[in-house]
Amino acid sequence: MHSIYNFATGPLCWAAFIIFIGGLLLKFISMVRRARSSEPYIFGYFSPYFGLRSVIAWLIPFVPRNGKLNPVFTVVTFAFHICLLVAPLFLMAHVMLLQEGVGMHWGTLSDATADVMTVIVLVGLAYFAYRRCTDPTAKYVTGPKEWVLLALVAAPFLTGFLAYHQIFDYQVMVVLHILSGEAMLIAIPFTWLSHMLLFPMVRMYQGSEFGGVRHVKDW
Amino acid sequence: MQPATAWDWSPGRRVVLDDVKKCSREYEWLEEYVASPDGESLAVPANFGEEGASMVVNGEPWENIYERVWYPRYSPDGRLTALAADMGEWTMCVDDTAWENTYGFLLNTRFSATGDVIAAPVQKDGEYGWVVDDAIWETTYEFANQFAMAADGSATAAVVQNVSFGQADIFTYKKGCYSVAVNGESWGTNFINCYSPAFDAAGKSVAATVRTSLYDYTIVVDGKPWAKTWPCAWEPVFNPATGDVCAAVRMAGRWGMALNGELIWNPTFFQVWQQQFSGDGKHLYAIVSPAYGKWTVAVDGQPWAPTFGSQVTDLVVSPDGAHAAALGADAGAYAVAVDGYVWPGTFAMAWAPVFSADSEHCAAKVERRGGKFTILVDGKPYKENFDQVWDPVFSPEGDKVLIRAIDNGKYCRIVVPVRDF
Amino acid sequence: MSEQTKETKVIEDIGIDAGLEQLTEEQIEKTIMSVINAEGGTRLEAYTKTCVHCGLCSEACHYYHSHDKDPQYAPVGKVRNTMWNFLTKKGKISKEELKRAVLIAHTECNLCRRCVQYCPFGVDTAYIIALVRRIVHKLGITPQYIQDTAHSHAATFNQMWLKDDEWVDTLFWQEDEARDEIPSMRIPLEKEGADFMYSVIAPEPKFRTQLIYQAAVIFNECGLDWTMPSTTGWDNSDMCMFTGDFEMMGRLKRDHYECAQRLKVKKVVMGECGHAYRSIYDQGNRWVGWRDMPVPVIHSIQFFWELLKAGKIKVAKTIDKLATFHDPCNTVRGMGLHEMGREVAKAFYPNFVEMQPNREHNYCCAAGGGVINCGPPHKMTRVLGNRVKAEQLKATGAEVLIAPCHNCHGGLEDIIHHYKLDMEIRFLGDIIYECMEKPNAV
Ligand code: SF4
Ligand code: SF4
Repeated sequence: MHSIYNFATGPLCWAAFIIFIGGLLLKFISMVRRARSSEPYIFGYFSPYFGLRSVIAWLIPFVPRNGKLNPVFTVVTFAFHICLLVAPLFLMAHVMLLQEGVGMHWGTLSDATADVMTVIVLVGLAYFAYRRCTDPTAKYVTGPKEWVLLALVAAPFLTGFLAYHQIFDYQVMVVLHILSGEAMLIAIPFTWLSHMLLFPMVRMYQGSEFGGVRHVKDW
Repeated sequence: MQPATAWDWSPGRRVVLDDVKKCSREYEWLEEYVASPDGESLAVPANFGEEGASMVVNGEPWENIYERVWYPRYSPDGRLTALAADMGEWTMCVDDTAWENTYGFLLNTRFSATGDVIAAPVQKDGEYGWVVDDAIWETTYEFANQFAMAADGSATAAVVQNVSFGQADIFTYKKGCYSVAVNGESWGTNFINCYSPAFDAAGKSVAATVRTSLYDYTIVVDGKPWAKTWPCAWEPVFNPATGDVCAAVRMAGRWGMALNGELIWNPTFFQVWQQQFSGDGKHLYAIVSPAYGKWTVAVDGQPWAPTFGSQVTDLVVSPDGAHAAALGADAGAYAVAVDGYVWPGTFAMAWAPVFSADSEHCAAKVERRGGKFTILVDGKPYKENFDQVWDPVFSPEGDKVLIRAIDNGKYCRIVVPVRDF
Repeated sequence: MSEQTKETKVIEDIGIDAGLEQLTEEQIEKTIMSVINAEGGTRLEAYTKTCVHCGLCSEACHYYHSHDKDPQYAPVGKVRNTMWNFLTKKGKISKEELKRAVLIAHTECNLCRRCVQYCPFGVDTAYIIALVRRIVHKLGITPQYIQDTAHSHAATFNQMWLKDDEWVDTLFWQEDEARDEIPSMRIPLEKEGADFMYSVIAPEPKFRTQLIYQAAVIFNECGLDWTMPSTTGWDNSDMCMFTGDFEMMGRLKRDHYECAQRLKVKKVVMGECGHAYRSIYDQGNRWVGWRDMPVPVIHSIQFFWELLKAGKIKVAKTIDKLATFHDPCNTVRGMGLHEMGREVAKAFYPNFVEMQPNREHNYCCAAGGGVINCGPPHKMTRVLGNRVKAEQLKATGAEVLIAPCHNCHGGLEDIIHHYKLDMEIRFLGDIIYECMEKPNAV
């Protein structure tokens, strides 16, 4: 168990982060280069102002019309995404690990807050799962891949929660937590989880087209 | 009209017509003015109400009156032509004399370079073709468009439809129903579409862009297609010296230039079109877009340094082939560029530049913001602005410019030595 | 409607069916993959990779709402049954799947881009569907009627097989007619250097000549300096953009703009048409390499608004009937002309009610994007696919429906007829012509 732990927090962790960050970076560079060489339209119309205007509009809950039309979804998805990003980044245990490992550190959340956030993430995922079974369109376009990705996101949070509350074997849970977290990171560049990068890219492009060329808002 | 050498080239201003609205017959309204090449007459279609319409030249109406008169144009040799209709039949009037024959429709009159040939696309009895000096093509077609005429007027061509098809019959269409007819005689081979027929300098050969399938374009010279096809191709142009044919072709989303079917300019441009050879055939000029949204002129494949964001138009090559001029525009501000240098100042509009016969000087008509017009010569504006002005005309020696202008209701002819600009 | 019934319901279109017969599996595979690889580009990759399969875009689509939330009609559902299918099967798809893809791409999506405003990521389903149409074009299985229109464009440079003389003759005829009303009336042909060239779509000279008449009267009564060409280039429409024949789209736009350049006009004013506008400012110009419009093209909505604001159009009378305003996708999501449009409408119909939703969120008419041009075999697809429009119209209680777009007119007429709404549809030009001061009229 100990050697797995060491491997998971050592080389595997490095590998996961390199694949995650490097993968997204490569994706970004290759897309920008391809667009530059073969699709002049994209950069020909790119406008930081209109692009950011659109990104910001979509980052404020209930500003886009579709957000207003789906209030439950809006609340859940915002809560989910905020917690998804904040909880792991500011979890005390993570920050401490980071400090031991690479000497960087920043502020932390209280364990209780992090715990609540974890629950929010899990509830959010449960809601998404429910929606994928009930919303006709979501159901229509949900395949095994979507379920795997949902599970992949759920796993580190669930195992982290269980480990923290010392439900089941703590050691096992922590290892599972680390492994599943790494699996999720590795999956990001290769699946639609990459929308964390593509969201600002695509939205900025559409915002530029709608704002700069078509003089209309895209939300 | 006399040859240009015999025109009045004495410097100075002469009022030809002291009131452009003057007419010895009462009219309802006058339409758009046209000035003769030598500047000695000013013509305008006039509407005489119930009686009809006719041309008024220097204040004197033609004797003949028609139900409708339009498209007044001076031929290069100074004859005034107009298209006229009575009882739904159309004819060409040349200096107040109508052609003997009438036609179902005539439109968009064309002249040979010297003006000795007057011709127009025609519709007669529901069939289409050319009428040249009142002689209609022996064979006419159920449909024709894209009309072309040899520079000396010796031959005419058009895209014609050889095979009929019914409404929404997409299958016959896809088999090829169109061809090019020269002097009324069709090539025989049919294509999906044909575009932009063009004559060689002698008026003996014709090239056209054709579509061999919905997806393949190539160039056909006298009925014979090039071996290669491209996803798109523009108009062909003959080299006046060698008879070679070149056309812009598209590959993988970029444009290059092909000569006799082989690439001579690599497909690196976002656009290439309106190419022209110098008279000696040694240089090839074209309007190009070297980068997305930037336009300029390329000489033998090398783009000029200055580019324009909106458009480049009216590429003109000097008679000796050593110079070229074009108009460029950025967001409604038009400028004249010659040999890669942009003349100072931008304008609300500009017209195709004109070179002197010795290729030493270049002039252009421009419209200033506010609606007044003037003439630029070698980048310098004439001291006056006018309400209306026609393209500048150089004297045969190239040392003077004739300005034909209307100002304050007076039509005048001004001869200005080039050195006075 | 279940997938089963959907698939057994056969629509016959000889353009699709005869084309499919001639195709081999290898050709299908090769064509699909070569278009995807050569032309799909970054945008296709970004859109397909970004999509999280959430289905939020379904809210955007009138077909989806009109089919009781049948997910086949959701934007992402259409992509699933076309492009995703092509991609996952690497082009190895059956002829049945292909026919279904043609019907989806050509008759169940108007390329209205509303879904871009409903997808959180801005996935442009219209772009993907247009790429499917490009594949369909390359395979030679485009629906018959729109293909015929594309053929007309290619042969005549107009949409309706009009010959050069018929165009000019029609203008003369409209001018003659109008002189009974306004004796000094002119449609100035080939007036080089005029302030603007007026360009229309071919259905105007062919079927709706009164629109040319009305526009000419408005321009005359406002004392404007304008012209129309006597050569090709007068037709600004472009069905080739919608069949995916982008090379022909470029040729058409070149012809149109070169016509304006030749006439030395400072701008082009175009009639009340939506798709032509899209072709001019958004798609055709880009293919050619013009970043913007080389000669500015002003849509009638904006032009009428400018004339009204400048006091050139003077309101002689208003009409009391309750009116509502349909925002055409291509002038609203395409150019943001919604406020101008209703200001003009309200100037003559003060008794005005908005339909819900409106402005840039308006539902498409389901005729646009070339769907109505696919002709009679597909008429019911778009009429049944837009029940939600009928409901939206009905809820306004309006008697008059103002729609400044030809395609919208065609589509809305069919909807009004089918759902038995009692509404009169009008163009802005038609209203202005009726209600403006006409000082020169006898
Ligand atoms: S019709 Fe409009 S909303 Fe529906 S899929 Fe097509 S573009 Fe999107
Ligand atoms: S296109 Fe956008 S809204 Fe539609 S399923 Fe994909 S991500 Fe969701």
